[in-house]
Amino acid sequence: MAAVIDTGQAGRATAPPGPAGRPRRRPPVWRWVILVLAGIYFLIPLYAALRFAGFKAFPDVLHQAGFTGALTLSLRLALITTVLTLVLMVPTVIYVHLRLPRLRRLLEAITILPIVIPPIVLIVGVLQVAPGTLKSSPNLLGLEYVVLAMPFAYRSIDAGLRALDLKTLVEASNSLGAGWLATLWRVVLPNLGTAMLSATVLTVALVLGEFTMASLDLYQTFPVWIVNFEQSSGPVSVAASLLALFVTWIFLMVIATLGGRRAGSQASMFSAVRRDTRAGGRGPLAR
Amino acid sequence: MASNTAVSAPSGTQPGSGGRAAARAVSVLRSGRRLLGIAPFTVYVVAGLFLPTVAVAVGAFQNSDNGNFTLSNVRTATHGIYLEGFRQSVELSLLAAIIPGILGLLIAYAIYTARHASVLRRVAITASGVFANFGGVPLAFLFIASLGTTGIVTGWLKDLGFDIYAGHFSLFTFTGVLLAYMYFQIPLMVLVILPALEGLRPAWREAAHNMGAGTWQYWRYVGGPVLAPAFLGCLLLLFGSSFAAYATADAMTAGALALTPIQIGQFLNGNVIAGQQNVGKALGLGMVIIIAAVMIVYVLLQRRAARWLQ
Repeated sequence: MAAVIDTGQAGRATAPPGPAGRPRRRPPVWRWVILVLAGIYFLIPLYAALRFAGFKAFPDVLHQAGFTGALTLSLRLALITTVLTLVLMVPTVIYVHLRLPRLRRLLEAITILPIVIPPIVLIVGVLQVAPGTLKSSPNLLGLEYVVLAMPFAYRSIDAGLRALDLKTLVEASNSLGAGWLATLWRVVLPNLGTAMLSATVLTVALVLGEFTMASLDLYQTFPVWIVNFEQSSGPVSVAASLLALFVTWIFLMVIATLGGRRAGSQASMFSAVRRDTRAGGRGPLAR
Repeated sequence: MASNTAVSAPSGTQPGSGGRAAARAVSVLRSGRRLLGIAPFTVYVVAGLFLPTVAVAVGAFQNSDNGNFTLSNVRTATHGIYLEGFRQSVELSLLAAIIPGILGLLIAYAIYTARHASVLRRVAITASGVFANFGGVPLAFLFIASLGTTGIVTGWLKDLGFDIYAGHFSLFTFTGVLLAYMYFQIPLMVLVILPALEGLRPAWREAAHNMGAGTWQYWRYVGGPVLAPAFLGCLLLLFGSSFAAYATADAMTAGALALTPIQIGQFLNGNVIAGQQNVGKALGLGMVIIIAAVMIVYVLLQRRAARWLQ
């Protein structure tokens, strides 16, 4: 009994802001039960998929018909989308921060719209209004992915700018004789490195996982290929799915590490991931 | 333009207000020039987001043959199999919000109380980030491999004497899709509710204890009411997330389940009766209206939660 009280007090002494008194009253058994049950629920399908695919299927994925074409298309779209997103969003967000701060709320509201309008609805309208030359090219997907990426890109860049004392930086640069372009290129952008990387990673993850628009626009991107391929070989298809999951995993770890390197604290380690998911996540778009 | 307004203004108005009108004109012009900076963004959003959405909204009221105004698309979209689609979509999304919402809250609370165990915390949060972002086709395959007719878990249960496919269960129905949605909804809930849990100040609990409140009373009168708006807000976010989901259900049920997104997809794939092409747009408009209503409630609740958790 004394030992229990002792450890409880020691725990509180080392971590003063902890939730007061909770560990002292209840043994943490229920916590482990919940977390173990959750772990089982999340790991069993992964295990089942691994067993179903068999390790032999993983190298096979690379040799399947259409694999290279689908992956190339997805990567090409990722490149187009990322470049366009950065070129469009970074100057706009900086400009609004500096010159039109009153429009910040409006911009925030507009960039959340792609989450309100489901991709399935958006693609219906896009296929109707897009000019014929665009419709017959997969680049149309890239153009629309820029819209889908806006919520995450905006939030990453906005957060990056908020962390800077932008006004002072720009005034200092201007008073030293730098013009607007020089200020943007040599002062602001270098300070936005992390934010831009995080926006890039989120955009790439989105493009590589997007299925709804690509399948309805009838282009064989990687996720579409996985489904179409399923008919001919189940195990290889499942192996490709697992690969896709691991790629997402790696991407999110990259974001977490990037966020962590900047602030160094555990809380911000996951802030980028959490910010992403709070805004709706890449998930709804992939689903 | 500016000089025009400045000259013509005094003639119509009283002498004193002429300068003011000119100044206003100049400031309008100046802010107009300042707005040029966001012109590329505006053009992009109008072309890539507004125009398509307007096209869907307009098309919902157009006869697909001659473009005349009609209400028949909306009428078709709100009757029969399409009404059933909306009903099932809303029902699925409600269940896929409430069940994972409660389970996610429990898991988040377990993570929250494990403040000292930072490794556990870190693993749990990263894993939530990954699984919350997981969805669509790969997810469908994971579940088919475990709970499909020849799935591994199905086999285990059969060995234990439970043949889940002997009854009504099938992975390729409403229940199966719900089960799969939980796989990304629970982690999503963990991620969005954790900040709210962390906003509960230890001082409140200490104050409640000092005044003699037990655990139940603390949650009934302090923690619960503070957490409620955030919790409801998270539920609405989960609702929107599963309502818009398309790929998972499509891959799992091969389009057999009547859900609105899947029905819209069938219109795009050309599996429609002639003359009904625009019903898909009416369905799309319906989805936007439902999600917009949900988002408005969400924003209002978030505003309230933010006030509490400042």
